[in-house]
Amino acid sequence: MSEFLAKYAFLIIPIIKVVILVFAVLTIDAYLTWLERKVIAHIQARWGPHRVGPHGLLQPLADGIKFILKEDPMPSGVDKIGYFLAPFLTLTLAITSLSVIPFGPDIKAFGYVTNFGIADVNVSLLVLFAITALGVYGVALAGWASNNKYSLLGGLRSSAQMISYELALTLSVVGVLLIAGDLSLKHIVEHQDNGSLGLLGWNLFGFAKDGEGFTQIIGFICFFIAAIAETNRVPFDLPEAESELVAGFHTEYASMKFAMFFIGEYTSMIAVSCLATILFFGGWLSPFPASWTLTHYLPSVILIPFGLWVIFDGIRYETIFGRILLPGVGTVLTAMGAALFLSPAANDLIQGPFWFFAKVFVFLFFYIWMRGTLPRFRYDQLMDFGWKILLPVSIANVVLTSAFLLWRMH
Amino acid sequence: MTAPVIIFFVLAALAVLASVSLILQRHPIHSALSLIVVMVALAGLYLLMGAEFVAAVQIIVYGGAVMVLFVFVIMLLNAGDEERTNFSKLATFGGIPLALALGGIIAAAIVRSSGHLPPPAASGAMSSTKQLSMLLFSEFVYPFELTSFLILVAILGAIVLAQREN
Repeated sequence: MSEFLAKYAFLIIPIIKVVILVFAVLTIDAYLTWLERKVIAHIQARWGPHRVGPHGLLQPLADGIKFILKEDPMPSGVDKIGYFLAPFLTLTLAITSLSVIPFGPDIKAFGYVTNFGIADVNVSLLVLFAITALGVYGVALAGWASNNKYSLLGGLRSSAQMISYELALTLSVVGVLLIAGDLSLKHIVEHQDNGSLGLLGWNLFGFAKDGEGFTQIIGFICFFIAAIAETNRVPFDLPEAESELVAGFHTEYASMKFAMFFIGEYTSMIAVSCLATILFFGGWLSPFPASWTLTHYLPSVILIPFGLWVIFDGIRYETIFGRILLPGVGTVLTAMGAALFLSPAANDLIQGPFWFFAKVFVFLFFYIWMRGTLPRFRYDQLMDFGWKILLPVSIANVVLTSAFLLWRMH
Repeated sequence: MTAPVIIFFVLAALAVLASVSLILQRHPIHSALSLIVVMVALAGLYLLMGAEFVAAVQIIVYGGAVMVLFVFVIMLLNAGDEERTNFSKLATFGGIPLALALGGIIAAAIVRSSGHLPPPAASGAMSSTKQLSMLLFSEFVYPFELTSFLILVAILGAIVLAQREN
């Protein structure tokens, strides 16, 4: 048995990781919709979902059941291959893009050393861009195959937008590649590790350990704007502009096929946030200098008060279900915080992923915040901005960074 | 058969099938989709040879950028189904013999060389991105720069064509 395990470990471990990742990503996607509705509701002085479960926490579950049970009508005259292929393509590619992302440093458990992610490819950044490049087909095909002029307009807009912003997206990353001298996301993070200066070592500030660094603030701004456009989110959501195109490319989709587009969109948001974290914000590295060991207790310091607050909030909740569920969740959170406080080994293991997901969460919140704040671009403004501002600025960033690195070398 | 050989045959069969489907499909979009499958299968073959960089670039450039443009143009023109023509005289008397001849030459080459096939180039020698770029910017710098010049000319040509009406 153990011989079999040792022989096929290279196959078994990735399969386990894939199952965990897909499950985790789908759950996070579901609660991202809840978070989005809550945050936007509070921006607009509303309550948001709060009927299904305490604080609307079971709303994603209700939505999921609704998506599965709804009738799935197919409009007449659709191109069957394209119509069915499009949602699968969108969802599959979005989830696949997460496979090359390192969520933390290598894990050492039970005598095995394995990377904290599914695949550790030495050109992982290019693989990620390759998957993103294919992602446009999902939207374009959906628009074309639906036999609906609004869908077609949405699909066309999306293709044009993605082609235009992909250039700026790729060029804005070149500065980071010049600094790291490597295409592997893991090495890009490790290169930003400046033990004594903490967060100043990140590519955003550019004080790398070997002195070969240059601030990538311009690169980051270009990257993030282009990334929002690539994920079709506000203010770049022209492919599904509901005031002009009904719902754009997914007008003719219902039920689970619509949900697949939705999940795909949220998963790409997560992928892009992970990428921004890795490239510019030091990935899983702590923002504090390595000598500040007290900051290792930060996960507990956040979890315990939050858990206590959930208990305190839960015992006064209106419904009986809430009075049972919320204190239960709060107790689990507090217990987790306490366990991390008491077990240094577990605490060390959690440091990398903690900082990684904390940074990713900030970006995801930013996405939602923007949706609640900004109006949509006009189409000509979108194209002008992409080609006349974003592209030249990201090229200037490449020139500036290479010039600085060359000057440092001599 | 070892795993790489099986993967090779799966990818190769996929590429050939998709190429045949590219020709036989009646709708341009379906042809374009088949071509995308060919590109991705080719990228898989490159990956099998240990050329990760080339594989990724193959998908980014051909599978992504070039084919998106194809699909975009077909969608923009809203092209319908193609008219199927019967075999033209050129195809019957010129095409079929030529295709048979080409197939014969390839088959003969495979038959003659089987048995003493040279081993595949040691993977890793050319696959590293760093070595590839070193070669590109030292030994092959003139062809490389000439290619970029060619692309620049093409871009200028496109702009001139687009501006002609004004």
